[in-house]
Amino acid sequence: MRQAKVFQLSVTLLAAAFLIVPAIMSVMAGVTANYFRGIRSGLTLKWIGQVFELYADSILLSLYLALGCLIATLIIGVPAAYGLARNPGRTSRVLEEFVSLPLAVPGLALALALLQLYGTMKGFRTSPAFILVGHVLYTLPFMIRSVLAVLAATDLKTLEEGAATLGAGPWQRFRDIVVPNAMPGILAGALTVVTLSVGEFNLTWMLHTPYLKTLPVGLADSYASMRLEVASAYTLIFFVMIVPLLMAMQWASDRARRIAQ
Amino acid sequence: MTLTLKNAAKTFADGTAALKPTSLAVQTGEIVSLLGPSGCGKTTLLRIIAGLEAPDPGGQVLFDADDVTDLPVERRQVGMVFQSYALFPNMSVRANIGYGLKMQKLPRAEIEARVDEVLEMCRLSDYADRAITALSGGQRQRVALARAVAPRPRILLLDEPLSALDAALRDSLRDELARLLRRFEITAIFVTHDQTEALAIADRVAVMRDGRIEQIGRPEELYRRPASAFVATFVGHALALDGDVTGSVLALPGGNLPLPGAAPHLSAYVRPEDIRITPDGPLEARVESAVFLGTHYRVTLAGVTRHPLVAIHAAPEAPKTGSIVRLDIAPGAVLMVPAEGPAA
Repeated sequence: MRQAKVFQLSVTLLAAAFLIVPAIMSVMAGVTANYFRGIRSGLTLKWIGQVFELYADSILLSLYLALGCLIATLIIGVPAAYGLARNPGRTSRVLEEFVSLPLAVPGLALALALLQLYGTMKGFRTSPAFILVGHVLYTLPFMIRSVLAVLAATDLKTLEEGAATLGAGPWQRFRDIVVPNAMPGILAGALTVVTLSVGEFNLTWMLHTPYLKTLPVGLADSYASMRLEVASAYTLIFFVMIVPLLMAMQWASDRARRIAQ
Repeated sequence: MTLTLKNAAKTFADGTAALKPTSLAVQTGEIVSLLGPSGCGKTTLLRIIAGLEAPDPGGQVLFDADDVTDLPVERRQVGMVFQSYALFPNMSVRANIGYGLKMQKLPRAEIEARVDEVLEMCRLSDYADRAITALSGGQRQRVALARAVAPRPRILLLDEPLSALDAALRDSLRDELARLLRRFEITAIFVTHDQTEALAIADRVAVMRDGRIEQIGRPEELYRRPASAFVATFVGHALALDGDVTGSVLALPGGNLPLPGAAPHLSAYVRPEDIRITPDGPLEARVESAVFLGTHYRVTLAGVTRHPLVAIHAAPEAPKTGSIVRLDIAPGAVLMVPAEGPAA
């Protein structure tokens, strides 16, 4: 019994180490003065500074994109989820599957489709809005599904009827009843959308122009064209941005799932 | 406020006639109960009055002299207590009760004062700032009532308000609800499938069946002079006395029973509490079982009519199982209703 436990623990630890050691190595490289001489060459923040100098625009662009993506998915996704929750039926199921289609289609294919259709529209093709459209397409199902799961677990119809008998019109009901009760789902969806938007690479890599590099595209670029230490420092910055988001997302999703049950 | 319904009917999209054309007049301050089994159309009728369902063309809903048929629910000024209460989980008790007042755009100070008043009336003052999830079933029921009456609606509508509670709580809350409704002095319509609730709370009871009102009247009237076999059996569990009527005598397998008068085309029913076990009764029966229930025995008697009869026997001793006893039913206690097939 005890032996089995020890065995289990060591397998888990080994697997975790297998995944985490390369990440730690990479992060360490980012603060090492000279990677080829190793840690003996001393620790430095020089590379991190250089990343900020070279890629500040990428970091900012990613943040703006994530914000824009969040606003768009909130404006489209919350009312859409509400509509689907209020009208359960076959049509809603089909619509839901349709909205979720970008999850199944590779980002690459999605990007190609966008390029084929809008690639010739010069002003649009080279503006950040082009990448934003891709990100919204890709993240929208996550927002809708997250909000829908919470709303489906609420007796929305009766709650709204209750509010209506008290004198609340359709807009007041949406504002006072629907949105507050969907909040755990909205929060989980929002964190998912921001995390995915910041980390998205496939689609963005296809859509980006030399002047529009997002955080992950910049990372690929730095590995391709910079010193290894700079690229590693970039990884470090990427981690610092994405890990708290991931943790918050995990927490919010768990919370929403508990409510949806 | 008086409520008048004229030919209100409801046919759903799939063609089911949930409610046949129904007319109803309710006086100011009157409490009317809609009583019937599930699927009888009582909730549909209530939802038409509330404005949550539109009646079929031709139907009319009047509040006093105002035709409100086309007025959306949010402008009808109705108060409604839902079966599931429909309390807003995102708001405190106080915010729930104040919501209707907020929709009326009253000044904050007045909202507070009126919420406090209703909290006091419903004995909820200690729970004002609690979350809805921190309340018991009985407390939620009172919050739902308080929320419905706080905006001073023209009419109060209650959809099975006690059915979500357990039996013991239901008994005590039934009396409290009756007391509160009198105190609010409001016209109220009360939907229930429980005859005890209807008889205890309402001024008048409308017994519904298959989408129409079968009989409407004061509780005593319904109980003592049911207009149909359905009303007799649904209100007070009357039992059928199946036999042949000759003149004013009912011939039963267990003997002949005198009736209050000549009764062609009528069926006879009797209530368990009106069957007396007495040595000189005209009917003969065999005791199948006797169950002690504290205040009385419930005695099942075979041989009088096709189905066994159930009698409430309030005596210190129960008749022996298997023994032959004689029964009497006072002529005035026999309920005569138009003959029809056995009630559902």
